[in-house]
Amino acid sequence: MAQSLAPAHPPDPTPFRTFRTLSGRPGGSLRLYAAVARGSFRRYAGYRAATWAGVFTNTVFGFFIAYTYQALWQIRPHLGGYDLSAALTYVWLGQALLMPIAAMGGGVQDDIEARIINGDIAVDLYRPVDQQLWWLSADLGRAGYHLLSRGIVPLLVGGLFFHLRMPAGSPAAQALTWAGATVSVALAVTVSFLLRYLAALTGFWLMDPRGVRQVTVVLGMFFSGFLLPLSLLPSTLAAVAQQLPWAAMVQIPLDVFLQRRTGAALAQGLLLQLGWAGLLLGAGQLLQRAVVRKVVVQGG
Amino acid sequence: MAESLSVPPPWYGRTREALRAYRLVAGMWLRASLAYRTSFWITTVGNAVTSLLDFVVIAVMFQHTTTLGGWTLPQVAFLYGTSGLTLGLADLLVGSLDQLGQRVRDGSVDTVLVRPAAALAQLSADRFALRRAGRVVQNLLVLGWSLWELQLDWTGPKLLVMAVLVVCGTVIFGSAFVAGAAFQFFATDAAEVQNSVTYGGATMLQYPPSVFARDLVRGAVYGIPLAFVNWLPALYLLGLPDPIGVPGWFRFASPLAALLCAAAAGLAWRAGIRSYRSTGS
Repeated sequence: MAQSLAPAHPPDPTPFRTFRTLSGRPGGSLRLYAAVARGSFRRYAGYRAATWAGVFTNTVFGFFIAYTYQALWQIRPHLGGYDLSAALTYVWLGQALLMPIAAMGGGVQDDIEARIINGDIAVDLYRPVDQQLWWLSADLGRAGYHLLSRGIVPLLVGGLFFHLRMPAGSPAAQALTWAGATVSVALAVTVSFLLRYLAALTGFWLMDPRGVRQVTVVLGMFFSGFLLPLSLLPSTLAAVAQQLPWAAMVQIPLDVFLQRRTGAALAQGLLLQLGWAGLLLGAGQLLQRAVVRKVVVQGG
Repeated sequence: MAESLSVPPPWYGRTREALRAYRLVAGMWLRASLAYRTSFWITTVGNAVTSLLDFVVIAVMFQHTTTLGGWTLPQVAFLYGTSGLTLGLADLLVGSLDQLGQRVRDGSVDTVLVRPAAALAQLSADRFALRRAGRVVQNLLVLGWSLWELQLDWTGPKLLVMAVLVVCGTVIFGSAFVAGAAFQFFATDAAEVQNSVTYGGATMLQYPPSVFARDLVRGAVYGIPLAFVNWLPALYLLGLPDPIGVPGWFRFASPLAALLCAAAAGLAWRAGIRSYRSTGS
Protein backbone atom coordinates (compact mmCIF):
# COMPACT_ATOMS: atom_id res chain seq x y z
CA MET A 1 0.00 0.00 0.00
CA ALA A 2 1.23 3.47 -0.83
CA GLN A 3 2.51 5.37 2.15
CA SER A 4 3.58 8.97 2.05
CA LEU A 5 6.89 9.04 0.32
CA ALA A 6 9.86 11.11 1.28
CA PRO A 7 13.10 10.35 -0.51
CA ALA A 8 16.01 10.05 1.89
CA HIS A 9 18.22 11.91 -0.54
CA PRO A 10 16.35 14.42 -2.63
CA PRO A 11 17.77 14.35 -6.14
CA ASP A 12 17.58 18.10 -6.41
CA PRO A 13 18.40 20.57 -3.64
CA THR A 14 15.45 22.76 -4.67
CA PRO A 15 13.09 20.20 -6.05
CA PHE A 16 9.92 22.25 -6.00
CA ARG A 17 11.44 24.85 -8.30
CA THR A 18 11.56 22.57 -11.29
CA PHE A 19 7.94 22.67 -12.38
CA ARG A 20 7.89 26.41 -12.25
CA THR A 21 10.89 26.78 -14.51
CA LEU A 22 9.50 24.38 -17.08
CA SER A 23 5.99 25.69 -17.04
CA GLY A 24 7.05 28.64 -19.19
CA ARG A 25 7.47 26.40 -22.22
CA PRO A 26 4.02 25.04 -22.99
CA GLY A 27 4.88 24.23 -26.62
CA GLY A 28 7.57 21.77 -25.70
CA SER A 29 5.37 19.93 -23.24
CA LEU A 30 2.22 19.90 -25.35
CA ARG A 31 2.84 16.28 -26.28
CA LEU A 32 3.25 15.39 -22.64
CA TYR A 33 -0.09 16.96 -21.71
CA ALA A 34 -1.76 15.23 -24.65
CA ALA A 35 -0.37 11.94 -23.37
CA VAL A 36 -1.71 12.67 -19.88
CA ALA A 37 -5.15 13.41 -21.32
CA ARG A 38 -5.10 10.23 -23.40
CA GLY A 39 -4.04 8.16 -20.40
CA SER A 40 -6.82 9.61 -18.29
CA PHE A 41 -9.38 8.91 -21.04
CA ARG A 42 -8.29 5.28 -21.18
CA ARG A 43 -8.23 4.95 -17.41
CA TYR A 44 -11.92 5.85 -17.16
CA ALA A 45 -12.76 3.78 -20.24
CA GLY A 46 -11.43 0.75 -18.38
CA TYR A 47 -14.38 0.63 -15.98
CA ARG A 48 -17.09 -0.63 -18.27
CA ALA A 49 -19.59 -1.73 -15.62
CA ALA A 50 -19.24 1.66 -13.92
CA THR A 51 -19.94 3.38 -17.21
CA TRP A 52 -23.11 1.40 -17.86
CA ALA A 53 -24.25 1.89 -14.28
CA GLY A 54 -23.73 5.62 -14.72
CA VAL A 55 -25.49 5.76 -18.08
CA PHE A 56 -28.45 3.96 -16.52
CA THR A 57 -28.59 6.34 -13.56
CA ASN A 58 -28.26 9.48 -15.71
CA THR A 59 -31.10 8.19 -17.88
CA VAL A 60 -33.38 7.43 -14.94
CA PHE A 61 -32.78 10.88 -13.44
CA GLY A 62 -33.34 12.39 -16.87
CA PHE A 63 -36.80 10.83 -17.03
CA PHE A 64 -37.81 11.95 -13.54
CA ILE A 65 -36.68 15.54 -14.06
CA ALA A 66 -38.05 15.73 -17.60
CA TYR A 67 -41.55 14.85 -16.32
CA THR A 68 -41.41 17.56 -13.66
CA TYR A 69 -40.34 20.14 -16.25
CA GLN A 70 -43.09 18.90 -18.54
CA ALA A 71 -45.68 19.43 -15.80
CA LEU A 72 -44.44 23.00 -15.24
CA TRP A 73 -44.13 23.95 -18.90
CA GLN A 74 -47.56 22.56 -19.73
CA ILE A 75 -48.98 25.09 -17.26
CA ARG A 76 -46.60 27.88 -18.30
CA PRO A 77 -45.54 27.45 -21.95
CA HIS A 78 -42.56 29.69 -22.85
CA LEU A 79 -41.57 30.05 -19.20
CA GLY A 80 -38.14 31.67 -18.91
CA GLY A 81 -37.96 31.98 -22.70
CA TYR A 82 -37.98 28.21 -23.33
CA ASP A 83 -40.81 26.36 -25.03
CA LEU A 84 -41.67 22.84 -23.84
CA SER A 85 -39.39 21.14 -26.32
CA ALA A 86 -36.46 23.45 -25.46
CA ALA A 87 -37.06 22.90 -21.73
CA LEU A 88 -37.01 19.12 -22.15
CA THR A 89 -33.86 19.37 -24.26
CA TYR A 90 -32.40 21.48 -21.45
CA VAL A 91 -33.02 18.62 -18.99
CA TRP A 92 -31.42 15.94 -21.14
CA LEU A 93 -28.47 18.12 -22.17
CA GLY A 94 -27.97 18.94 -18.50
CA GLN A 95 -27.85 15.22 -17.67
CA ALA A 96 -25.39 14.75 -20.55
CA LEU A 97 -23.12 17.46 -19.12
CA LEU A 98 -23.41 16.35 -15.48
CA MET A 99 -20.44 14.00 -15.56
CA PRO A 100 -18.21 15.84 -18.05
CA ILE A 101 -18.33 18.99 -15.92
CA ALA A 102 -18.38 16.91 -12.70
CA ALA A 103 -21.18 19.07 -11.30
CA MET A 104 -21.13 17.05 -8.08
CA GLY A 105 -17.38 17.45 -7.71
CA GLY A 106 -14.95 14.66 -8.45
CA GLY A 107 -12.84 13.74 -11.44
CA VAL A 108 -9.24 14.67 -10.75
CA GLN A 109 -10.46 16.48 -7.63
CA ASP A 110 -10.80 13.05 -5.98
CA ASP A 111 -7.25 12.17 -6.98
CA ILE A 112 -5.72 15.44 -5.79
CA GLU A 113 -7.58 15.37 -2.47
CA ALA A 114 -6.56 11.77 -1.80
CA ARG A 115 -2.95 12.49 -2.73
CA ILE A 116 -2.80 15.51 -0.44
CA ILE A 117 -4.08 13.44 2.46
CA ASN A 118 -1.86 10.38 1.89
CA GLY A 119 1.19 12.43 0.97
CA ASP A 120 1.63 11.18 -2.60
CA ILE A 121 1.27 14.79 -3.73
CA ALA A 122 4.95 15.20 -2.82
CA VAL A 123 5.80 12.92 -5.74
CA ASP A 124 3.65 15.04 -8.05
CA LEU A 125 5.41 18.21 -6.95
CA TYR A 126 8.74 16.68 -7.97
CA ARG A 127 7.58 16.22 -11.54
CA PRO A 128 9.01 18.79 -13.95
CA VAL A 129 5.58 19.86 -15.14
CA ASP A 130 3.06 22.51 -14.26
CA GLN A 131 0.69 20.91 -11.75
CA GLN A 132 -2.36 22.83 -12.89
CA LEU A 133 -1.88 22.01 -16.57
CA TRP A 134 -1.07 18.38 -15.73
CA TRP A 135 -4.32 17.93 -13.82
CA LEU A 136 -6.24 19.99 -16.38
CA SER A 137 -5.08 17.61 -19.11
CA ALA A 138 -6.08 14.62 -17.01
CA ASP A 139 -9.50 16.12 -16.35
CA LEU A 140 -10.06 16.99 -20.02
CA GLY A 141 -9.29 13.38 -20.91
CA ARG A 142 -11.76 12.16 -18.31
CA ALA A 143 -14.39 14.64 -19.45
CA GLY A 144 -13.93 13.54 -23.06
CA TYR A 145 -14.67 9.98 -22.11
CA HIS A 146 -17.65 10.92 -19.97
CA LEU A 147 -19.06 13.09 -22.76
CA LEU A 148 -18.89 10.24 -25.25
CA SER A 149 -20.23 7.58 -22.90
CA ARG A 150 -22.42 9.14 -20.24
CA GLY A 151 -23.30 12.19 -22.32
CA ILE A 152 -24.50 10.75 -25.58
CA VAL A 153 -26.40 7.60 -24.58
CA PRO A 154 -28.87 9.25 -22.13
CA LEU A 155 -29.42 12.00 -24.69
CA LEU A 156 -30.35 9.41 -27.35
CA VAL A 157 -32.72 7.61 -24.95
CA GLY A 158 -34.28 10.95 -24.00
CA GLY A 159 -34.70 11.72 -27.68
CA LEU A 160 -36.67 8.50 -28.17
CA PHE A 161 -39.25 9.36 -25.51
CA PHE A 162 -39.45 13.16 -25.67
CA HIS A 163 -39.49 15.66 -28.51
CA LEU A 164 -36.08 17.33 -28.23
CA ARG A 165 -34.91 20.40 -30.06
CA MET A 166 -31.91 20.14 -32.38
CA PRO A 167 -30.13 23.18 -33.85
CA ALA A 168 -32.28 24.61 -36.66
CA GLY A 169 -31.89 27.17 -39.44
CA SER A 170 -29.67 27.39 -42.51
CA PRO A 171 -26.80 24.85 -42.81
CA ALA A 172 -24.34 27.64 -41.97
CA ALA A 173 -26.30 28.62 -38.87
CA GLN A 174 -26.49 24.98 -37.78
CA ALA A 175 -22.77 24.47 -38.32
CA LEU A 176 -22.03 27.63 -36.34
CA THR A 177 -24.26 26.41 -33.50
CA TRP A 178 -22.58 23.00 -33.35
CA ALA A 179 -19.11 24.59 -33.48
CA GLY A 180 -20.06 27.16 -30.84
CA ALA A 181 -21.55 24.48 -28.59
CA THR A 182 -18.44 22.31 -28.90
CA VAL A 183 -16.13 25.19 -27.95
CA SER A 184 -18.50 26.19 -25.17
CA VAL A 185 -18.59 22.68 -23.67
CA ALA A 186 -14.78 22.51 -23.75
CA LEU A 187 -14.66 25.85 -21.92
CA ALA A 188 -17.32 24.62 -19.49
CA VAL A 189 -15.16 21.64 -18.53
CA THR A 190 -12.12 23.91 -18.21
CA VAL A 191 -13.87 26.40 -15.92
CA SER A 192 -15.31 23.53 -13.87
CA PHE A 193 -11.86 21.99 -13.50
CA LEU A 194 -10.27 25.29 -12.48
CA LEU A 195 -12.88 25.75 -9.75
CA ARG A 196 -12.42 22.17 -8.49
CA TYR A 197 -8.65 22.63 -8.57
CA LEU A 198 -8.89 25.67 -6.32
CA ALA A 199 -11.20 23.75 -3.97
CA ALA A 200 -8.86 20.75 -3.88
CA LEU A 201 -5.82 22.91 -3.10
CA THR A 202 -7.50 24.21 0.05
CA GLY A 203 -6.83 20.70 1.34
CA PHE A 204 -3.21 21.78 1.93
CA TRP A 205 -4.46 24.13 4.64
CA LEU A 206 -7.61 22.40 5.88
CA MET A 207 -6.48 18.74 5.64
CA ASP A 208 -10.16 17.79 5.23
CA PRO A 209 -11.40 19.38 2.00
CA ARG A 210 -14.93 17.91 2.24
CA GLY A 211 -16.51 21.04 3.69
CA VAL A 212 -15.15 23.33 1.00
CA ARG A 213 -16.14 20.80 -1.61
CA GLN A 214 -19.70 20.66 -0.37
CA VAL A 215 -20.01 24.42 -0.47
CA THR A 216 -18.63 24.58 -4.01
CA VAL A 217 -20.90 21.75 -5.18
CA VAL A 218 -24.00 23.47 -3.78
CA LEU A 219 -23.05 26.77 -5.41
CA GLY A 220 -22.19 24.98 -8.64
CA MET A 221 -25.36 22.88 -8.82
CA PHE A 222 -27.56 25.91 -8.28
CA PHE A 223 -25.78 28.76 -10.07
CA SER A 224 -24.72 26.71 -13.07
CA GLY A 225 -28.36 26.37 -14.08
CA PHE A 226 -28.13 22.61 -13.79
CA LEU A 227 -31.18 22.30 -11.55
CA LEU A 228 -33.29 24.97 -13.26
CA PRO A 229 -32.56 27.47 -16.05
CA LEU A 230 -31.26 30.64 -14.42
CA SER A 231 -33.94 32.73 -16.16
CA LEU A 232 -36.51 31.17 -13.79
CA LEU A 233 -34.91 32.84 -10.77
CA PRO A 234 -36.08 36.25 -9.53
CA SER A 235 -34.85 38.76 -12.12
CA THR A 236 -32.06 40.47 -10.13
CA LEU A 237 -30.61 37.17 -8.95
CA ALA A 238 -30.92 35.75 -12.48
CA ALA A 239 -29.02 38.72 -13.96
CA VAL A 240 -26.20 38.34 -11.44
CA ALA A 241 -26.08 34.55 -11.76
CA GLN A 242 -25.72 34.81 -15.56
CA GLN A 243 -22.36 36.57 -15.04
CA LEU A 244 -20.89 34.24 -12.40
CA PRO A 245 -18.32 31.55 -13.28
CA TRP A 246 -20.82 28.74 -12.67
CA ALA A 247 -23.01 29.97 -15.54
CA ALA A 248 -20.07 29.03 -17.77
CA MET A 249 -20.51 25.38 -16.73
CA VAL A 250 -24.09 24.62 -17.86
CA GLN A 251 -26.24 27.64 -18.68
CA ILE A 252 -24.07 29.12 -21.43
CA PRO A 253 -23.27 25.90 -23.36
CA LEU A 254 -26.93 24.84 -23.24
CA ASP A 255 -28.15 28.24 -24.43
CA VAL A 256 -25.64 28.07 -27.28
CA PHE A 257 -26.96 24.65 -28.31
CA LEU A 258 -30.60 25.76 -27.97
CA GLN A 259 -29.76 28.81 -30.13
CA ARG A 260 -30.81 31.26 -27.46
CA ARG A 261 -27.35 32.69 -27.90
CA THR A 262 -26.58 33.52 -31.52
CA GLY A 263 -24.47 36.22 -33.16
CA ALA A 264 -23.25 38.78 -30.65
CA ALA A 265 -24.76 36.93 -27.70
CA LEU A 266 -22.91 33.78 -28.73
CA ALA A 267 -19.60 35.64 -28.88
CA GLN A 268 -20.36 37.34 -25.57
CA GLY A 269 -21.13 34.00 -23.92
CA LEU A 270 -17.92 32.42 -25.14
CA LEU A 271 -15.94 35.48 -24.05
CA LEU A 272 -17.44 35.30 -20.58
CA GLN A 273 -16.39 31.65 -20.34
CA LEU A 274 -12.94 32.51 -21.64
CA GLY A 275 -12.62 35.41 -19.20
CA TRP A 276 -13.49 33.24 -16.20
CA ALA A 277 -11.16 30.52 -17.43
CA GLY A 278 -8.28 33.04 -17.62
CA LEU A 279 -9.05 34.53 -14.22
CA LEU A 280 -9.34 31.13 -12.49
CA LEU A 281 -6.22 29.88 -14.25
CA GLY A 282 -4.30 32.81 -12.78
CA ALA A 283 -5.80 32.25 -9.33
CA GLY A 284 -4.83 28.59 -9.49
CA GLN A 285 -1.26 29.48 -10.44
CA LEU A 286 -0.98 31.86 -7.49
CA LEU A 287 -2.44 29.34 -5.08
CA GLN A 288 -0.20 26.51 -6.24
CA ARG A 289 2.83 28.76 -5.74
CA ALA A 290 1.69 29.33 -2.16
CA VAL A 291 1.27 25.56 -1.80
CA VAL A 292 4.88 24.89 -2.74
CA ARG A 293 6.03 27.22 0.02
CA LYS A 294 3.58 25.70 2.48
CA VAL A 295 3.97 21.97 1.92
CA VAL A 296 5.85 19.92 4.48
CA VAL A 297 6.52 16.34 3.49
CA GLN A 298 6.34 14.02 6.44
CA GLY A 299 8.52 10.96 6.34
CA GLY A 300 7.02 7.53 6.52
CA MET B 1 -31.73 -12.54 33.92
CA ALA B 2 -34.98 -13.21 32.05
CA GLU B 3 -33.04 -15.28 29.56
CA SER B 4 -32.49 -18.06 32.06
CA LEU B 5 -36.22 -18.40 32.63
CA SER B 6 -37.36 -18.94 29.06
CA VAL B 7 -35.32 -20.06 26.08
CA PRO B 8 -35.47 -17.36 23.39
CA PRO B 9 -35.75 -18.43 19.75
CA PRO B 10 -32.38 -18.63 17.96
CA TRP B 11 -33.06 -15.65 15.70
CA TYR B 12 -33.59 -13.47 18.75
CA GLY B 13 -30.06 -14.02 19.98
CA ARG B 14 -28.60 -13.57 16.52
CA THR B 15 -30.47 -10.32 15.95
CA ARG B 16 -29.40 -9.01 19.33
CA GLU B 17 -25.79 -9.90 18.63
CA ALA B 18 -25.97 -8.21 15.21
CA LEU B 19 -27.44 -5.05 16.71
CA ARG B 20 -24.71 -5.05 19.33
CA ALA B 21 -22.05 -5.33 16.61
CA TYR B 22 -23.74 -2.51 14.72
CA ARG B 23 -23.75 -0.34 17.83
CA LEU B 24 -20.09 -1.00 18.56
CA VAL B 25 -18.85 -0.32 15.03
CA ALA B 26 -21.08 2.72 14.57
CA GLY B 27 -20.03 4.07 17.95
CA MET B 28 -16.39 3.79 17.01
CA TRP B 29 -16.89 5.72 13.78
CA LEU B 30 -18.99 8.28 15.60
CA ARG B 31 -16.18 8.98 18.07
CA ALA B 32 -13.70 9.13 15.20
CA SER B 33 -15.76 11.65 13.24
CA LEU B 34 -16.33 13.83 16.30
CA ALA B 35 -12.56 14.11 16.76
CA TYR B 36 -12.59 16.60 13.86
CA ARG B 37 -15.40 18.72 15.21
CA THR B 38 -15.24 21.62 12.76
CA SER B 39 -15.20 19.26 9.85
CA PHE B 40 -18.13 17.36 11.33
CA TRP B 41 -20.29 20.46 11.66
CA ILE B 42 -19.34 21.81 8.25
CA THR B 43 -20.21 18.53 6.54
CA THR B 44 -23.44 18.14 8.52
CA VAL B 45 -24.62 21.62 7.57
CA GLY B 46 -23.34 20.96 4.05
CA ASN B 47 -25.49 17.82 3.86
CA ALA B 48 -28.54 19.75 4.98
CA VAL B 49 -27.93 22.54 2.46
CA THR B 50 -27.30 20.06 -0.37
CA SER B 51 -30.59 18.34 0.26
CA LEU B 52 -32.30 21.72 0.62
CA LEU B 53 -31.39 22.48 -3.03
CA ASP B 54 -34.13 20.16 -4.27
CA PHE B 55 -36.67 22.09 -2.25
CA VAL B 56 -35.35 25.39 -3.60
CA VAL B 57 -36.08 24.00 -7.09
CA ILE B 58 -39.66 23.19 -6.05
CA ALA B 59 -40.05 26.62 -4.46
CA VAL B 60 -38.78 28.35 -7.62
CA MET B 61 -41.20 26.27 -9.72
CA PHE B 62 -44.06 27.44 -7.51
CA GLN B 63 -43.01 31.05 -8.13
CA HIS B 64 -44.38 30.46 -11.63
CA THR B 65 -47.45 28.35 -10.85
CA THR B 66 -49.88 27.74 -7.99
CA THR B 67 -50.24 23.99 -8.54
CA LEU B 68 -48.06 21.27 -10.02
CA GLY B 69 -49.85 18.17 -11.24
CA GLY B 70 -52.85 19.50 -9.31
CA TRP B 71 -51.02 19.67 -5.95
CA THR B 72 -50.30 22.86 -4.00
CA LEU B 73 -46.91 23.85 -2.60
CA PRO B 74 -47.63 22.62 0.98
CA GLN B 75 -48.87 19.31 -0.43
CA VAL B 76 -45.74 18.90 -2.58
CA ALA B 77 -43.68 19.94 0.46
CA PHE B 78 -45.30 17.05 2.34
CA LEU B 79 -44.10 14.66 -0.38
CA TYR B 80 -40.67 16.29 -0.35
CA GLY B 81 -40.36 16.10 3.43
CA THR B 82 -41.50 12.49 3.78
CA SER B 83 -39.41 11.31 0.83
CA GLY B 84 -36.26 13.01 2.11
CA LEU B 85 -36.88 12.04 5.73
CA THR B 86 -37.22 8.32 4.98
CA LEU B 87 -34.32 8.28 2.52
CA GLY B 88 -32.24 10.25 5.04
CA LEU B 89 -32.96 7.80 7.86
CA ALA B 90 -32.18 4.80 5.65
CA ASP B 91 -28.99 6.50 4.44
CA LEU B 92 -27.97 7.28 8.02
CA LEU B 93 -28.55 3.69 9.17
CA VAL B 94 -27.32 1.57 6.25
CA GLY B 95 -26.10 4.07 3.61
CA SER B 96 -22.49 3.01 4.12
CA LEU B 97 -23.32 -0.20 2.27
CA ASP B 98 -22.93 1.60 -1.03
CA GLN B 99 -19.14 1.50 -0.57
CA LEU B 100 -19.25 -2.30 -0.61
CA GLY B 101 -17.95 -2.65 -4.18
CA GLN B 102 -14.85 -0.71 -3.17
CA ARG B 103 -14.30 -3.10 -0.25
CA VAL B 104 -14.77 -6.14 -2.48
CA ARG B 105 -12.19 -4.73 -4.89
CA ASP B 106 -9.55 -3.99 -2.27
CA GLY B 107 -10.18 -7.27 -0.43
CA SER B 108 -11.17 -5.76 2.90
CA VAL B 109 -14.46 -7.71 3.00
CA ASP B 110 -12.29 -10.64 4.12
CA THR B 111 -11.51 -8.80 7.35
CA VAL B 112 -15.22 -8.38 7.99
CA LEU B 113 -16.04 -12.03 7.29
CA VAL B 114 -13.48 -13.46 9.72
CA ARG B 115 -14.86 -11.43 12.62
CA PRO B 116 -17.43 -13.26 14.76
CA ALA B 117 -20.27 -10.83 13.99
CA ALA B 118 -22.92 -10.49 11.29
CA ALA B 119 -21.34 -9.14 8.10
CA LEU B 120 -24.40 -7.07 7.20
CA ALA B 121 -24.35 -5.34 10.59
CA GLN B 122 -20.63 -4.60 10.38
CA LEU B 123 -20.79 -3.31 6.81
CA SER B 124 -23.89 -1.18 7.47
CA ALA B 125 -22.18 0.46 10.41
CA ASP B 126 -18.87 0.85 8.57
CA ARG B 127 -17.92 4.55 8.36
CA PHE B 128 -21.15 5.42 10.16
CA ALA B 129 -21.63 9.11 9.43
CA LEU B 130 -23.80 11.15 11.76
CA ARG B 131 -23.36 14.06 9.35
CA ARG B 132 -26.05 12.38 7.24
CA ALA B 133 -28.50 13.46 9.93
CA GLY B 134 -28.20 16.89 8.26
CA ARG B 135 -30.55 15.70 5.54
CA VAL B 136 -32.95 14.24 8.11
CA VAL B 137 -33.19 17.47 10.11
CA GLN B 138 -33.59 19.63 7.01
CA ASN B 139 -36.40 17.44 5.70
CA LEU B 140 -38.09 17.41 9.10
CA LEU B 141 -38.15 21.21 9.02
CA VAL B 142 -39.79 21.26 5.58
CA LEU B 143 -42.25 18.55 6.68
CA GLY B 144 -43.07 20.58 9.78
CA TRP B 145 -43.74 23.67 7.68
CA SER B 146 -45.92 21.66 5.31
CA LEU B 147 -48.01 20.17 8.15
CA TRP B 148 -48.38 23.64 9.68
CA GLU B 149 -49.66 25.04 6.38
CA LEU B 150 -51.93 22.07 5.64
CA GLN B 151 -53.69 22.20 9.03
CA LEU B 152 -54.64 18.54 8.78
CA ASP B 153 -57.38 17.19 10.96
CA TRP B 154 -55.30 14.75 12.99
CA THR B 155 -57.28 11.70 14.00
CA GLY B 156 -55.95 8.53 15.62
CA PRO B 157 -55.79 6.55 12.37
CA LYS B 158 -54.02 9.44 10.61
CA LEU B 159 -51.36 9.66 13.31
CA LEU B 160 -50.87 5.92 13.00
CA VAL B 161 -50.55 6.08 9.19
CA MET B 162 -48.04 8.93 9.56
CA ALA B 163 -45.88 6.91 11.97
CA VAL B 164 -46.16 3.83 9.75
CA LEU B 165 -45.15 5.97 6.75
CA VAL B 166 -41.88 7.01 8.38
CA VAL B 167 -40.98 3.50 9.53
CA CYS B 168 -42.00 1.66 6.37
CA GLY B 169 -40.50 4.30 4.07
CA THR B 170 -37.20 3.91 5.89
CA VAL B 171 -37.42 0.12 5.57
CA ILE B 172 -38.19 0.31 1.84
CA PHE B 173 -35.28 2.67 1.12
CA GLY B 174 -33.05 0.67 3.47
CA SER B 175 -33.92 -2.49 1.53
CA ALA B 176 -32.90 -0.70 -1.66
CA PHE B 177 -29.49 0.05 -0.10
CA VAL B 178 -29.07 -3.59 0.98
CA ALA B 179 -30.17 -4.98 -2.37
CA GLY B 180 -27.89 -2.51 -4.15
CA ALA B 181 -24.98 -3.63 -1.98
CA ALA B 182 -25.77 -7.28 -2.73
CA PHE B 183 -25.65 -6.44 -6.43
CA GLN B 184 -22.15 -5.04 -5.92
CA PHE B 185 -20.91 -8.51 -4.98
CA PHE B 186 -21.57 -9.42 -8.63
CA ALA B 187 -20.75 -6.10 -10.28
CA THR B 188 -18.20 -4.35 -8.08
CA ASP B 189 -18.04 -1.22 -10.26
CA ALA B 190 -21.75 -0.74 -10.63
CA ALA B 191 -22.42 1.04 -7.33
CA GLU B 192 -24.14 3.84 -9.19
CA VAL B 193 -27.08 1.72 -10.36
CA GLN B 194 -28.62 1.77 -6.90
CA ASN B 195 -28.54 5.58 -6.91
CA SER B 196 -31.34 5.53 -9.45
CA VAL B 197 -33.57 3.69 -6.96
CA THR B 198 -32.47 5.47 -3.77
CA TYR B 199 -31.63 9.07 -4.69
CA GLY B 200 -33.48 8.90 -8.02
CA GLY B 201 -36.51 7.30 -6.38
CA ALA B 202 -36.50 9.93 -3.64
CA THR B 203 -36.39 12.66 -6.29
CA MET B 204 -39.40 11.10 -8.02
CA LEU B 205 -41.34 10.85 -4.76
CA GLN B 206 -40.85 14.58 -4.12
CA TYR B 207 -43.32 15.28 -6.93
CA PRO B 208 -47.00 14.27 -7.24
CA PRO B 209 -47.61 10.99 -9.09
CA SER B 210 -49.88 12.86 -11.52
CA VAL B 211 -46.76 14.52 -12.97
CA PHE B 212 -45.30 11.26 -14.26
CA ALA B 213 -46.21 8.95 -17.11
CA ARG B 214 -48.76 6.29 -16.18
CA ASP B 215 -46.39 3.40 -16.87
CA LEU B 216 -43.70 4.91 -14.66
CA VAL B 217 -46.15 5.25 -11.76
CA ARG B 218 -47.41 1.69 -12.25
CA GLY B 219 -43.78 0.56 -12.13
CA ALA B 220 -43.42 2.36 -8.80
CA VAL B 221 -46.47 0.49 -7.46
CA TYR B 222 -46.10 -3.01 -8.85
CA GLY B 223 -42.40 -3.12 -9.75
CA ILE B 224 -40.09 -1.44 -7.25
CA PRO B 225 -42.79 -0.42 -4.75
CA LEU B 226 -41.55 3.11 -4.00
CA ALA B 227 -45.12 4.43 -4.27
CA PHE B 228 -45.76 2.89 -0.86
CA VAL B 229 -43.12 5.11 0.75
CA ASN B 230 -45.21 8.26 0.61
CA TRP B 231 -47.41 8.62 -2.49
CA LEU B 232 -50.11 6.18 -1.40
CA PRO B 233 -50.16 7.06 2.34
CA ALA B 234 -50.20 10.76 1.32
CA LEU B 235 -53.40 10.25 -0.66
CA TYR B 236 -55.07 9.15 2.56
CA LEU B 237 -53.42 11.69 4.87
CA LEU B 238 -54.06 14.66 2.59
CA GLY B 239 -57.49 13.37 1.51
CA LEU B 240 -56.73 13.49 -2.20
CA PRO B 241 -58.37 11.52 -5.02
CA ASP B 242 -56.33 8.68 -6.48
CA PRO B 243 -54.67 9.65 -9.79
CA ILE B 244 -52.97 6.26 -10.06
CA GLY B 245 -55.94 3.91 -10.26
CA VAL B 246 -55.06 1.27 -7.66
CA PRO B 247 -57.23 -0.52 -5.07
CA GLY B 248 -58.13 1.74 -2.14
CA TRP B 249 -56.54 -0.49 0.49
CA PHE B 250 -53.12 0.08 -1.13
CA ARG B 251 -53.03 3.37 0.82
CA PHE B 252 -52.61 1.35 3.98
CA ALA B 253 -50.48 -1.44 2.52
CA SER B 254 -47.08 0.15 3.18
CA PRO B 255 -46.18 -2.39 5.91
CA LEU B 256 -46.82 -5.22 3.45
CA ALA B 257 -44.68 -3.53 0.80
CA ALA B 258 -41.93 -2.88 3.35
CA LEU B 259 -42.01 -6.51 4.45
CA LEU B 260 -41.75 -7.74 0.86
CA CYS B 261 -38.88 -5.34 0.17
CA ALA B 262 -37.00 -6.39 3.28
CA ALA B 263 -37.47 -10.07 2.44
CA ALA B 264 -36.32 -9.56 -1.15
CA ALA B 265 -33.30 -7.56 0.04
CA GLY B 266 -32.47 -10.25 2.58
CA LEU B 267 -32.54 -12.96 -0.07
CA ALA B 268 -30.45 -10.81 -2.41
CA TRP B 269 -27.91 -10.18 0.35
CA ARG B 270 -27.70 -13.92 1.09
CA ALA B 271 -27.14 -14.72 -2.58
CA GLY B 272 -24.56 -11.95 -2.84
CA ILE B 273 -22.48 -12.86 0.17
CA ARG B 274 -22.53 -16.57 -0.74
CA SER B 275 -21.18 -15.80 -4.17
CA TYR B 276 -18.36 -13.70 -2.73
CA ARG B 277 -14.90 -14.67 -3.90
CA SER B 278 -11.99 -12.92 -2.25
CA THR B 279 -9.59 -11.01 -4.45
CA GLY B 280 -6.91 -12.66 -2.31
CA SER B 281 -4.99 -9.46 -1.71
